[in-house]
Amino acid sequence: MKQLLTGNEAVVQGAYEAGVTYACAYPGTPSTEILENIAAYKEEITAEWAPNEKTALESSIGACYAGARSLAAMKMVGVNVAADPLFSFSYSGVNGGLVLVSADDPGMHSSQNEQDNRYYAKFAKLAMLEPSNSQECRDMIKAAYEISEKFNTPILFRMTTRVSHSKSLVEAGERTPIEKKPYVKNLQKYDLVPAVSRVLHRKVEERLKDLEQFSNETDINFIEWNDKAIGIISSGVAYEYAREVFGNSASYLKLGFTYPLPMEKIQQFAAQVKTLYVIEELEPYLEEQIKAAGIACIGKEKIPVLGELTPDIIAKVLLNKENSLIAYDDSSVANRPPSLCAGCPHRGFFYALAKRKNIMISGDIGCYGLGGAEPLLAKDMSVCMGASISVGHGAQQTFTKFQDKYRVVATIGDSTFFHTGVNSLMHIAYNQSKTVTCILDNRITGMTGHQENPGTGYTLQGKPTKIVDIPELCKAIGIEHIRIINPNDLTEVNDALDWALSLDEPSVIITRWPCVLKKHSTEDKSEFGDYRTNCDVDLNKCIGCKACIKTGCPALRFDKPIKKVKIDSAQCIGCGVCQQVCPVKAIAKVAK
Amino acid sequence: MAQTKNVLLVGVGGQGTILVGKILSSGLVNAGFDVKMSEVHGMAQRGGSVSNQVRYGEKVYSPIISKGQADILVAFESMEALRWLEYLNPKGKVVVNDYQIPSAPILMGKQDYPEGVLDILKEKADTSVVKAAKLAQELGNIKSMNIVLFGALVKGMQLTNINWEQVIKNNVKPKTVEVNIKAFRAGLNAVS
Repeated sequence: MKQLLTGNEAVVQGAYEAGVTYACAYPGTPSTEILENIAAYKEEITAEWAPNEKTALESSIGACYAGARSLAAMKMVGVNVAADPLFSFSYSGVNGGLVLVSADDPGMHSSQNEQDNRYYAKFAKLAMLEPSNSQECRDMIKAAYEISEKFNTPILFRMTTRVSHSKSLVEAGERTPIEKKPYVKNLQKYDLVPAVSRVLHRKVEERLKDLEQFSNETDINFIEWNDKAIGIISSGVAYEYAREVFGNSASYLKLGFTYPLPMEKIQQFAAQVKTLYVIEELEPYLEEQIKAAGIACIGKEKIPVLGELTPDIIAKVLLNKENSLIAYDDSSVANRPPSLCAGCPHRGFFYALAKRKNIMISGDIGCYGLGGAEPLLAKDMSVCMGASISVGHGAQQTFTKFQDKYRVVATIGDSTFFHTGVNSLMHIAYNQSKTVTCILDNRITGMTGHQENPGTGYTLQGKPTKIVDIPELCKAIGIEHIRIINPNDLTEVNDALDWALSLDEPSVIITRWPCVLKKHSTEDKSEFGDYRTNCDVDLNKCIGCKACIKTGCPALRFDKPIKKVKIDSAQCIGCGVCQQVCPVKAIAKVAK
Repeated sequence: MAQTKNVLLVGVGGQGTILVGKILSSGLVNAGFDVKMSEVHGMAQRGGSVSNQVRYGEKVYSPIISKGQADILVAFESMEALRWLEYLNPKGKVVVNDYQIPSAPILMGKQDYPEGVLDILKEKADTSVVKAAKLAQELGNIKSMNIVLFGALVKGMQLTNINWEQVIKNNVKPKTVEVNIKAFRAGLNAVS
């Protein structure tokens, strides 16, 4: 029976059928749902959240060396974190098959850059597969494990947002139980010291030749002949867009095995068509290699290198065709930017922090990044996962050296702190900058949709586990000044900031309050109690000063005709931040 | 049916657009269509602008709808209909919820909620206004307004020959089946 699955769900179906027994990841959009779905196979597959992508890949490599078929998944920027083991792993090759899923994000729906990870396959010398839809996700993952084991290569499985998150029909099958391969000690394969690696590099180059031959022969790369006036070479979701636009009026070479490229097949195809287009999203990855092989084609001269590709763009730039649209003036449509939720525990903290003068706020990747938006404006920069603390450290050292008035406050979430923030905090403790590090512990990985992490007490597959004690960890790495506060209590927040900024040594402020959307664990319930209530405005007292509106809470609305503020009781959970900033005490807590 | 049909569902995070996309797709698959569905949303779990696109026909390639190609635009929030109007085929239909959710800049008083949204829509396209929130409230659960709009969508796309009530039963929580079926029927009757 055919089912409608997302690409991520189809990857899981394929991996399950292929006999995978170990999977590991750090959550990141658009890859997150792969591990969330694979976790359901509690009997057959050990599925784990790792603190970061490097540890996720490394543990999958360990499982593969031990003889299991294993999978690691991450978003494209996560592969940068995992790049170090990846390049060496290419040399050792595999025992059980291994697939690394890279979910790229053209269009940056939820990412800090636009990065085409197909280059990682070429750079690290890995075989690469690139599905165009959910059925291909399922089929190609199964093929990937066969290829991985046959050619002794890790596989880069490159998806994009539109492949990961769109749904299409999938015909699935049964799981084939795969015997775990025996582990045999083999220093010449797994011990990557220079003398071993020199020999292995030669083997990697030979492997690439074998893989290119496979690429020419496999029907994963196939030709659809139609009219030969236009020939199109494409891969991934760009193929679907090209097919949508050109229909049966052009011939296609559809590439699913995209490293090494099937140069012979490409030559044959190119020789038979009059005009050759290479249609690909983001970088000219195919085009560069095709042109380097001496084949004339049209690609990035026409197809943009920026942003997510769409059928409209292809039709416009290659066929000069545009759909007729309804003409209207949309200038009155107000923006609808994402914002911190009503009752978000980050709001009170950011509200107080942003009021400070001469502070550089070094931000990080997570919900709390939204604190940078109006009206809070509580962020100066954000580079990558875990960078807030070390970026902050470098800035603080510079301000201190030049006797600049600025002080640095770094903000980071609990999950991001575990990801790579802890390394950066060690750097601060070791080199002693007076940076104030604020760990915003909302007891969950928030932005990707509530994944467990080493601080929450539960594993991905729901087992109760040890909890990393953040203050004890900070102490252990050498931070002496630590305070734990309730971020909804502005007096506590201000006292803690005064205290930290008065110190000439590094300090850590930990805000501890659960995400408002989180399903509370028994531990949460006993620690935080049933605090949810409602706030209401006494309209007789409200003077319409909008002080509460400046907290940016979406439950508050300034009612222009009556010049008073109203609170949406459906959204409000009574965090009380607005109540504390009201100068005339017009806001009070009421029963929910 | 030769041509691929395009349904564009837009709203605000938390309104249940994704669930409607799921119910619609599931029924279309049962009816034997090739179906592709794509969610487009930003970072926020709540409060941001959300869209869900469903394409169905004999064979569907692109999972996303091109500008000017949607056969129907169903807006769960009034202003969102205006934001996405350029995706509508000039011959297409609009089903719009008579319900406003002010966005952050509006709450802060930096921007105003646009005036006369429904009139602009009626002037520019074949528009049905549905008082989904009011109807859902009368049925006992305001949250079921998404299913009211789904009923209007089914009518608008002439998909009434599919057994939607069974599909709804399969896709919502057991305790909300009754209210959702009522909401679906109310939606069917809300448009001509």
